Amino acid sequence: MKPVDNLSPVEEYRHFRLETDRDGIAWLTFDRAGSSTNTFSTEVMRELNTVLDVLATRKPRGLVIRSGKSSGFIAGADVEEFTRIESTADALAIVRRGWDTLNKLAAMPFSTVALVRGFCMGGGLELALACRYRIAVDEPGTRFALPEVTLGILPGWGGVMRLPRVIGPNAALDMMMTGRSVDARRAKRMGLVDASVPTRVMDNSARIMVLEAPKPRELPLKDRLMNGRLKTLVAKIALRQLEKKARREHYPAPYAILELWLKHDGDPFAPPEGDPASIACLAQHPTTRSLIRIFGLQERMKSLGKESDFAAKRVHVVGAGTMGGDIAAVCAMRGLTVTLQDQSAERLAPAMKRAAALFGKRVRDKLRARDAMDRLIPDVSGDGARHADVIIEAIFENLEAKRALFARLEKIARPTAILATNTSSLKLADIGEALADPARLVGLHFFNPVPQLQLVEVVAGERTGREWAKKGAAFVRQIDKLPLPVKDSPGFLVNRVLGPYLLQAFKLVDEGVAKETVDAAATRFGMPMGPIELADTVGLDICAAAGKSLAGGDAAMPKSLATLIDAGKLGKKSGEGFYRWVDGKPRKGPGGEPSDALANRLIEPYLAEAKKAVEEGVVADADLADAGLVFGTGFAPFRGGPLHYMARRGS
Amino acid sequence: MTRKTIYVVDGARTPFLKARNRPGPFSASDLATQAGKQLLARQPFAPDELDEVILGCAAPAVDEVNIGRVVALRMGCGQKVPGWTVMRNCASGMQALDSAIANMEVGRSELVLAGGVDALSRAPLLLSEAMVNWLSDFYAARTLPRKAAVVAKLRLAYLAPVLGIMKGLTDPNVGLIMGQTAENLAYRFGLSRTQQDEYAVRSHQRVARAQDEGWFAGDPQHGLAAEVAPIFDEAGKLYKDDDGLRRDSSIENLAKLKPFFDRKYGTVTAGNSSQVTDGAAWLVLATEDAVKRHGLAPVGRIADSQWAALDPAQMGLGPVHAATPILRRHRLALNDLDLWEINEAFAAQVLACLEAWKSDEYCTTQLGLDAAAGELDVDRLNIDGGAIALGHPVGSSGARIVLHLVHALKRTGGRKGIASICIGGGQGGAMLVETV
Repeated sequence: MKPVDNLSPVEEYRHFRLETDRDGIAWLTFDRAGSSTNTFSTEVMRELNTVLDVLATRKPRGLVIRSGKSSGFIAGADVEEFTRIESTADALAIVRRGWDTLNKLAAMPFSTVALVRGFCMGGGLELALACRYRIAVDEPGTRFALPEVTLGILPGWGGVMRLPRVIGPNAALDMMMTGRSVDARRAKRMGLVDASVPTRVMDNSARIMVLEAPKPRELPLKDRLMNGRLKTLVAKIALRQLEKKARREHYPAPYAILELWLKHDGDPFAPPEGDPASIACLAQHPTTRSLIRIFGLQERMKSLGKESDFAAKRVHVVGAGTMGGDIAAVCAMRGLTVTLQDQSAERLAPAMKRAAALFGKRVRDKLRARDAMDRLIPDVSGDGARHADVIIEAIFENLEAKRALFARLEKIARPTAILATNTSSLKLADIGEALADPARLVGLHFFNPVPQLQLVEVVAGERTGREWAKKGAAFVRQIDKLPLPVKDSPGFLVNRVLGPYLLQAFKLVDEGVAKETVDAAATRFGMPMGPIELADTVGLDICAAAGKSLAGGDAAMPKSLATLIDAGKLGKKSGEGFYRWVDGKPRKGPGGEPSDALANRLIEPYLAEAKKAVEEGVVADADLADAGLVFGTGFAPFRGGPLHYMARRGS
Repeated sequence: MTRKTIYVVDGARTPFLKARNRPGPFSASDLATQAGKQLLARQPFAPDELDEVILGCAAPAVDEVNIGRVVALRMGCGQKVPGWTVMRNCASGMQALDSAIANMEVGRSELVLAGGVDALSRAPLLLSEAMVNWLSDFYAARTLPRKAAVVAKLRLAYLAPVLGIMKGLTDPNVGLIMGQTAENLAYRFGLSRTQQDEYAVRSHQRVARAQDEGWFAGDPQHGLAAEVAPIFDEAGKLYKDDDGLRRDSSIENLAKLKPFFDRKYGTVTAGNSSQVTDGAAWLVLATEDAVKRHGLAPVGRIADSQWAALDPAQMGLGPVHAATPILRRHRLALNDLDLWEINEAFAAQVLACLEAWKSDEYCTTQLGLDAAAGELDVDRLNIDGGAIALGHPVGSSGARIVLHLVHALKRTGGRKGIASICIGGGQGGAMLVETV
């Protein structure tokens, strides 16, 4: 951010700086004191209100609002403050203050421009929407979103009112009801911003926007109709789609957003008392508390990666199977140089193919996708291990093979390199016996599919050094995943808890309950996928092997599972398991209506095992167990995690 | 002049992929990047410790003209390693090595990645001159009637594209296609069609043997990492072997082909010429200081190099003119070298080189020798085949033959060899290589 060509002296507020340039344009720089990120606390919002009052009397030629932070524009409301809210009255006061202030901004009698560089979230986007013009700086970090829904609340500072007017109701409802973000170019295409410009001309573009004061873009006729006469129809269609994805009793916020738009034009104070779309009702809903809790847990996992300043440049992955290949691809996508080793070039080929597909999908810019591919280096001879800061072993689950591999790797690895294993079923302590310095061996247990699943269990064995485990967690953050420190015990946390749950599901099928009914019971409880479908997806042979190693080999295999495995029906990968798989989707029959009793029977072993794992100290505390199980197994987020759920229902 | 010792530390190339009448799966920078990044990954030094990257390329695409810099960045050498591109037609790759040596000699560089690349399958189709003129008229016409008048003048023949590769392989001074210069040599030295075809069959047989024996896969016993690095396209398809090899090549099969350059009456066919191919080859070169500093284990050194020029219409004899001064400087006879690589642009051209050395007349009048240099033992020449079977991705061949000569010498226990290449336009390049 460059200083403006000033005429007037800079006016310093606590969180804002106000300057006026030669053209008479006021430049308001938001630079929240004592924080690396701009967020709206009560104090900040009050000060913004004061500044706007000053500007209203001064009547500059125009106003440009920008950020003084390198991290981004505005992240939204101060979540920390938000989580401390005790009463509904407090919540209403926060909404009221923001609503009034941004309405004041919207009513300014001169041109106003939001110059957005970096993230522009929640209240930040609502501020931008209250400006007459919006300019996006075309950088990878520039993203627009209204993520309130993911915390169980709604955009109460005018977002629900203004966004549909700017980009039309279809796109607006999609953004508000999913929390999805859009980048600068997309924002320009959908009309969310008036211009998307390179960094070098951003200041000038804001200046020219004020001076030229073009007529703001008019919404296409189709969108105007959908905001007007067709509103009810649009809402009906949106509601039908929403009902397929989330149940109202589980997730009230998206329903409230839809209604607020349909019936009250986005005015959060319009719904009468007791209306489910009212702020009071949302604020008191247990889902809101759960989702805010999950958000906090996610932040806590992120902070676990900050306990070491370890930063990798090069990674070496041994084993180019689905796991190893995808780990390598994700590392390359996050900017690391990766050597990927397997016994032959032929074995590397499927991993290279998946990586190219992943980059093509996730990295929009073709040149940057090519860069990611260039960073992924096939390495049959394994020479890359010498240069790596992190070496990740992802070969088949065989203790002797892993021991031999690590003994070799330790000899050539840099002394500062983390030696990591992706084992899911072997004890770290056993693998570590092959090492001269077993303190370096850390478990980094990824979940399949690696590009989608955020959780990585960071396993510390008996002899793993504390510092090495912290370095492992820092690395996990570096590739934008969530580290969960766990103890070196069978199944760690996630697989250990999933085991008895899947076993219970198989037993129910053995008892004659339709597999569709079992799955329906789980999804109705709030799991993202039923256990039978999950088992098919993971692979029945893998489930059986994991079950055996968890149970110590003496448990009998469920009949249904054994029969299918004997018949070579291993699930999705073989085309058939419990379900027949067509085009990557299971063919499901009708099934029966699942009862609550069935759901309880199914989930009980899951809960019991989670409790036991916490008691045995597999994770540091119940909160981290909840975090791991929500992000690792998709345990119904609106329930706040299994232990939170148990505590609340009082078992 | 006493030369600094220039070490060959390592080297790698892509498989050479025959052009199959359409753009191949890799651009030139893709090829050079894929081979180069694997080569760099196995070095004890980091890519950003290179002093420079030099890449020879005879026909860079319009969107990667300074391909040396493009590739240096793509291989992860970082922003601070300079990269540049050299061009000496068929010897561009050898020129890159020699440019590296020159900079090392004067102390500008200590550690250099040098090589060559071309993706001939992606040679552009150009608009004919008539078409370009027509387009200029069309864009200049401002009014509708004038535009209509211009449109009426368009002739179907204007649309016929000009093959960029044919332009590139035609000598701009004497107006001969390269194959026609080979016909000149066949005529001059009386080389029959059968002699040429026999030579071509042998090239295929030798490459086949080298593939079967795994000689391109490196030889850890002799400190040689793999010469050919596997490469992958976007669909995950693996390319690991040179694919121009014809294991069914035989005199009978080759006899069926028609002369391509002097139609009907000539002797040079597609079968006894090098193939049109895509590929890249790299070498890591280092000075004594760099070897010590980075703890490198060199496999060879480049002891001397020479460039020469001659009549463009006889360009295939370039190796004779370039290699002979090296022989004289080091007081070596032809067969004092353990091995020879002479790039096989055409069978006629390689055979003509051997004939020229045998000829008193040629050696005395053209090379300034007192008598014929003698008969080069063909068992020392291109022992693992050459461009007739592997293909000739123009810019990369000069680097490939130097790299392969080091490998072949190490494997056979030889000490010295010469790699030499003929150059379109009437030049030749040669390098004296020794093992360490």
